[in-house]
Amino acid sequence: MDVLIYLIPIAFFLGALGLGAFLWSLKSGQFDDLEGAKWRILDDDDLPDD
Amino acid sequence: MTVHQRDWQAFVTPGKDGAVHMDLAVDGITCAACMGDIERGLKRLPGIRTARVNLTSQRLAVDWVEDQTGADEIVAELTRLGYKAHPFDPASQKDRQDRTGKELLRSLAVAGFAGMNIMLLSVSVWSGNATGIEPETRDFFHWLSALIALPTVAYAGRPFFRSAFRALASGRLNMDVPIMIGVVLAVALSVVQTVQHQHHAYFESAVMLLFFLLVGRYLDHNMRGRTRSFAENIAALKAEVAARILPDGSVREVPLSKVSAGDLVLVSAGERVPVDGVVETGMSEIDQSLVTGESILVAVDRGQRVYAGTLNGSGSLQVRVEAASGATLLDEVNRLLEAASQAKSKYVRIADRAARLYAPLVHGAAGLTFLGWLLAGMEWQPALVIAISVLIITCPCALGLAVPAVQVVASGQLFRRGVLLNTGDAIERMADIDTILFDKTGTLTLADPELCSPFDLQDPVVRLAGRLALASRHPLSTALVRATGAITPLPEVKEVPGAGLETMVEGATLRLGSPQFCGASAEQIEDALREVPGASLLAIRFGDGPVQLLPFRQSLRPDARAVIDRLKAEGYALEIVSGDTEPSVAGCAEALGIAHWQAGMKPAQKIVRLEDLQQSGHKVLMVGDGLNDAPALAGAHVSLSPVSAVHLSQAAADAVFLGDRLQPVADALRLSKRARAAIEQNLWISGLYNVIAVPVAVAGFVTPLMAAVAMSASSLIVTANALKLRWGEGRPETGAGPAHLPAEKAEG
Repeated sequence: MDVLIYLIPIAFFLGALGLGAFLWSLKSGQFDDLEGAKWRILDDDDLPDD
Repeated sequence: MTVHQRDWQAFVTPGKDGAVHMDLAVDGITCAACMGDIERGLKRLPGIRTARVNLTSQRLAVDWVEDQTGADEIVAELTRLGYKAHPFDPASQKDRQDRTGKELLRSLAVAGFAGMNIMLLSVSVWSGNATGIEPETRDFFHWLSALIALPTVAYAGRPFFRSAFRALASGRLNMDVPIMIGVVLAVALSVVQTVQHQHHAYFESAVMLLFFLLVGRYLDHNMRGRTRSFAENIAALKAEVAARILPDGSVREVPLSKVSAGDLVLVSAGERVPVDGVVETGMSEIDQSLVTGESILVAVDRGQRVYAGTLNGSGSLQVRVEAASGATLLDEVNRLLEAASQAKSKYVRIADRAARLYAPLVHGAAGLTFLGWLLAGMEWQPALVIAISVLIITCPCALGLAVPAVQVVASGQLFRRGVLLNTGDAIERMADIDTILFDKTGTLTLADPELCSPFDLQDPVVRLAGRLALASRHPLSTALVRATGAITPLPEVKEVPGAGLETMVEGATLRLGSPQFCGASAEQIEDALREVPGASLLAIRFGDGPVQLLPFRQSLRPDARAVIDRLKAEGYALEIVSGDTEPSVAGCAEALGIAHWQAGMKPAQKIVRLEDLQQSGHKVLMVGDGLNDAPALAGAHVSLSPVSAVHLSQAAADAVFLGDRLQPVADALRLSKRARAAIEQNLWISGLYNVIAVPVAVAGFVTPLMAAVAMSASSLIVTANALKLRWGEGRPETGAGPAHLPAEKAEG
């Protein structure tokens, strides 16, 4: 069972990574507008205006 | 619409690197195309850094460099694109970042991730206990769980701990007190068990409990946030601003929060009076129906008092802003309002009533369990373990979700039908109602006057009068324009303040205005008023021809009769209490078939009538819009107010309904009854769960696995029962959700 000594820290790290990613996305305002985001993928505003 | 400049400095807030920031409520954003249009359109202006539409809250946030573009150009560009926009008053929008919501979401995330990790370890321990895990490994897993659980409980439990301490400090019990005790004891017991190398620890129960409860809290918060932000949008689109006259004589439009007592404010013809104050110069007629309930125009002159929310007629006024003092109507309303809301705060929400019953019962059961096992000859420590496991298994997981889950689903349903809740527990109270008091003007009727006698649209004089009326913003003139559909104004119109309009057509004088101004005889006026009681009269005279009198009155809401009939059929007692004159209230009551009505009621009389009813055991719903209704709205068991109401009334009411129809009132009552039933079912479900679980716990058979399964299952059942409210409730009959019908009527 010595493998636990490596595996458990790895599991914790991955869990913390997920939590950190979520908290970051919350902080950067990605949950402010849940309606608009699904439409923005259709928006070609990276193309130059005709 | 106003000619004077707006003071933009009052609406923008400084941003980063010399940029400024402004939030606008935008009316009419319905789809992704609008979003793209607005953002692309604005970015073409020079100096715009970011323009971002929030489709959820229908708001626009713009950052730009101030010396390259002005805020007025942004609003003008939006108007050109076809969207009505109005900036928020920064002072009225304190909670832009929604701190509470973010804190709850962070706590929820922490509890969720911690719960998953602990559950991984716990499942290993549970299966290990069955198959022969080494004690060292089990202890190691328990210590790891403790390492995750202790900080998690400290962090994610804060919303509950705070609320529980507040309740205890003020000598009350709420649902958070047993939650806090349960969670803290579960963690403490688990640490002790871990130290003693025991088989069981309850870390995952404590964290999962917090997770489920935070879900309930977050849903509850979101529901309130959504209705509140929607109400803020409506307020901003109503353009609640005042035109302040500066000492040098120039006029600037500023948000209401920047106006203080002693300022001089300009009220143009046809605008709503934004403040309470005394007329300094000018004379006009004022439509006070929102304040007194009377539908007849009142003449005001220098030195007279005007109230916020009333509609100015033909003349422009300069008003000196006043902090309320002395025995004015507003003071009386404020005093009554305070007294009435104190009386109402006695209402205890169902969840808190359940908590009062629940907490002593559960803690008593745990105490008895401990004593019972001691008397049965057990050591004190294992007896304590069993007692604490009783607390854990009864910890109000389902109970904590029972009420919020239903409130969220019900408020979503109400939102789609155009009813915005100010308070979450309004649903519970609305289900008790047996009597409904209606105000008349603006509630049963629409807020704007309408021509209410048949007239000949082809009559050239009436058509000319309609065109003449285009020159004035007097409420009756606007109503006449609507009725005749006039488009081209007449040239060279002379306006006589407080009397009417005059012009020359083909060599003859055409006059439109008060009956006296057009020379109507007293008999003629009397006749017209007998025909249409309580009407406001507008007179037309062309040359030396006869005077034509057109009666105007606020017309009933289009579906009022049908809704009233249905409410009567459902067994509600209905009554009209109005500040308007007797003939017009009688006419309205007859048209709607309401037998009980009282006219000429002052605010205090409305309260007296309300208290009479409540003292004789009736639960009263008050529906009203005027300043004179505000105390009654605050004092009633529950209250509703139309969106056209004055600000004070909207704030005093428990819910606001949108649109021209009365249907939302009936919908609100029907949905509340179903929601109330669902809340009670949920409480019974959680009660039943306890009846099954507690004996098992008292007997000392509860393992952490059982606690986890029971907790999740009861929570899921309660949530599913709440979602049941959505079944059999399709889209509202008239299609349009609230997103499509706001604020059309906003500017009187």
